[in-house]
Amino acid sequence: MTDSPPNRTTAWQDAVLAAALLAVNPPAFGGVTVKAASGPVRERWLALVREFMPTGVPVRKVPLGVSPGRLLGGLDLASTIQTGRPVLERGLLAEANGGLLIVPSAERLESVTSALISAVLDDGFVAVQRDGFAMTLPARFGVIALDESRAEGEAVRAALSDRLAIRIDLDGIRHSDAETPANLSAKISAAREVFASVQILDDHIEALCAAAVALGAGSVRTPCQAASVARLAAALDGRHTTAPEDLAIAVRLVLAPRATRLPVLENDDKDPPEPEGNPDPPDNQTENEPPSDQQVDAEKLKDMVMEAAQAAIPAGLLELLKAGSRQRRKATMGRSGVQQKAVARGRPTGSKRGDPRTGARIDLLETLRVAAPWQKLRKKQRPHVLRLDLRRDDLRVKRFKNKTETTTVFVVDASGSSALHRLAEAKGAIELMLADCYVRRDSVAMISFRGKYAEMLLAPTRSLARAKRNLAALPGGGGTPLAAAIEAAAELGQGLRRKGQTPSIVFLTDGRANVGRDGKAGRTQAMNEAVAAAKALRFANLSSIVIDTSPQPKPEARQLAEEMGATYLPLPHADAAAVNEVVRLNMRSAR
Amino acid sequence: MRVAFPFSAIVGQEQMKLALLIAAIDPTIGGVLVFGDRGTGKSTAVRALASLLPKMPVSGSCAYNCNPEAQSWQCPSCAAAAKENPAHVTMVPVPVVDLPLGATEDRVVGALDLEKALTLGEKAFDPGLLARAHRGFLYIDEVNLLEDHLVDLLLDVAASGENVVERDGLSVRHPARFVLVGSGNPEEGELRPQLLDRFGLSVEVKTPEDVKSRVDVVRRRDAFERDPGAFTASYEETEARIRAQISSARDRVGQVIVSDAALERAVHLCMELGTDGLRGELTLIRAARALATLEGDDEVGDSHLRQVAPMVLGHRMRRNPLDDAGSTVRVERALSEMFGSSGERHIV
Repeated sequence: MTDSPPNRTTAWQDAVLAAALLAVNPPAFGGVTVKAASGPVRERWLALVREFMPTGVPVRKVPLGVSPGRLLGGLDLASTIQTGRPVLERGLLAEANGGLLIVPSAERLESVTSALISAVLDDGFVAVQRDGFAMTLPARFGVIALDESRAEGEAVRAALSDRLAIRIDLDGIRHSDAETPANLSAKISAAREVFASVQILDDHIEALCAAAVALGAGSVRTPCQAASVARLAAALDGRHTTAPEDLAIAVRLVLAPRATRLPVLENDDKDPPEPEGNPDPPDNQTENEPPSDQQVDAEKLKDMVMEAAQAAIPAGLLELLKAGSRQRRKATMGRSGVQQKAVARGRPTGSKRGDPRTGARIDLLETLRVAAPWQKLRKKQRPHVLRLDLRRDDLRVKRFKNKTETTTVFVVDASGSSALHRLAEAKGAIELMLADCYVRRDSVAMISFRGKYAEMLLAPTRSLARAKRNLAALPGGGGTPLAAAIEAAAELGQGLRRKGQTPSIVFLTDGRANVGRDGKAGRTQAMNEAVAAAKALRFANLSSIVIDTSPQPKPEARQLAEEMGATYLPLPHADAAAVNEVVRLNMRSAR
Repeated sequence: MRVAFPFSAIVGQEQMKLALLIAAIDPTIGGVLVFGDRGTGKSTAVRALASLLPKMPVSGSCAYNCNPEAQSWQCPSCAAAAKENPAHVTMVPVPVVDLPLGATEDRVVGALDLEKALTLGEKAFDPGLLARAHRGFLYIDEVNLLEDHLVDLLLDVAASGENVVERDGLSVRHPARFVLVGSGNPEEGELRPQLLDRFGLSVEVKTPEDVKSRVDVVRRRDAFERDPGAFTASYEETEARIRAQISSARDRVGQVIVSDAALERAVHLCMELGTDGLRGELTLIRAARALATLEGDDEVGDSHLRQVAPMVLGHRMRRNPLDDAGSTVRVERALSEMFGSSGERHIV
């Protein structure tokens, strides 16, 4: 089933198609999430989009850490003072009307920014309720979210990516493959005329919905977006009704990248696999015979769509789906806590009324903005004040970052040496800590290591139930690839920190590494690598704890802790409560 | 103003729709919180209320939505107008006011009228969103992302029913009684407990997993976007029926009987679930009464209590981190114990 069907297009061709569809009618389906590292291929793609767009349309970039004021607009201080009447400065969202809004580093977007963009995508206008202005400004645009995430667990905020129909992945496309297509511009202009009148057939809607459900793809919005993309594809082809090939495009660009389970080709309307369960269809089940001849056309269509879906699931995702592990590249499941955890309240936004004498920092611009309208009035009262008449009520102070959220990363040694005696006890200790994390509303993540690799058992989440389930299902046995585990933890920790969270890493291990990074057994080599990784962890300045799970505390784990700069804690007599207490103290100091 | 998607055209999400109707019948219940998956029609349902609900009488084109029938408070302009021409009444749609994220405090509570202050040097009050939402709904999408100081402000006003602005010699006080409707996605952040508690009803919405509902969603959305006018017209009959139902329910809600037995059941249920405070019982009774009225019954029965209990009590229970069962399951469990698992109706 991994065989490519004959009509399978290359990733670059799909990317070009996405650019063309976007350019036909940018607001029709929200926009495109572009997974790509910054580089020439991405630049070429962006240039292509601009080329396809009509000349003169606005293209705006949303800088990271943009303030709500800049996004939504507000009082234009300089012009207001100059002209003596309130002047509205339009925000980025209103400025992008009719064109494109580009969001670089979209994976680092603050939750508020993402919510503001999302609201405009839904409404088609900006609701300005700021600085004395109350108005709605038209804002219909397509969003290009540039997703540069690398580490696991990083992704574009689900609220935003859910509203952007198309997802493309430019990583892995060679520059030489990224050719500029010919003759598309004319087709795009023609499609603009046709699009409004393109009809989608009822059967086609049904087929797309069935495929979305079978793939566990996205929210209710997803099939609507798929339908829009199919209509756009038809328009691009100069047709007034959708055809099966349009559906294939919609499936490839919209549905397949969001798949959270493998579709079962047989009649699966009746009992779709539970999204939260173990959708682990045996491999042979997905290699079904083609539908029999008696089946009606609608069924054939559905199957065709489903096959297209299956063929289009990205290879990496396919592996994960097969393995039943769906933590990486989680598509929108829409379950609480399952998603990659958002930064709680993000960075400082705006200011509030306050007195700088209490130690808060004055927000000068905001203070002036507030004072400006009053000047004329005050001049009447106190004509002797020659310049700006500021009063205490005007003062605005900056609001600072809310307390950052702590994410505790548990790194659990599930190797044979640990599993034999202590895994069950370690699990008990972790459960207590999990409950504690829950009370504090911290997030938890879990990495386990055994055999040759370390794997992310649980992406950062607040879902205690999920954490417990994964922990209970953790198998034991095999070698101790400690270096890989430490590196995985460091990578995750740094990723969390980039998102403004405070990571705290808890290792539960006996410290006896015997598998190297290359997956080969060998104690000396493995230990050396583990020590090197531990040093790197210390260098990254990540707070950590090592809980020695061996029956008699051994020097290895202690040495490791020293190299990491970690708190060392032997667990000789399994006392889960004591462990919990130490972890808690350590976390407090980590904040 | 764009045509709103009709309330009755929203596919499924019966709990959410019911909660909004209950709040529309008895605004004292204290607001509705809709939490859950993206794209499930949360915002659509709230915004549809304006055209669904019966229109309300307002004095002239009053900026504070003064009620001409109420004797209590009238804004200065209405008070002045009333002396001259007391019969000046217009019927307007119930306000459903959006409080967008990123709104500044001055626009929420109202502030100095910029235009007048700058051009005329005149001190005039420009009413804010709270004034516009009076007697209607105040809707906050992504309520969990709302800035803390705005949340505090809303809590204040919601509790007192009055908005007070004192600033630089500008002193305004006007009633602001509204049904607070919040929606959000728990993945984006938790709601502060103080705010959570303010909501009378809370419902969880989920993405429908069956193909048929999804097909319906896409079809209706597609039809609406093509021709909003025609689509809305095709639902007008259903909308009118619901409108009439609400009208009559509002008139009758005071007459519905709440027996001692029903009260007792409500109290028991709350004790069983360990909900904090008395607000739970009170809201449970009120919501059950509103539902009974909506369904045309004369007395609050088990079926009413049973139907509203999850939305009244689900967010009021203390959480037990090590109990795997979610609050919905726990409420369901308690309900089954009390009423039997079938959920068939029998009057208390």
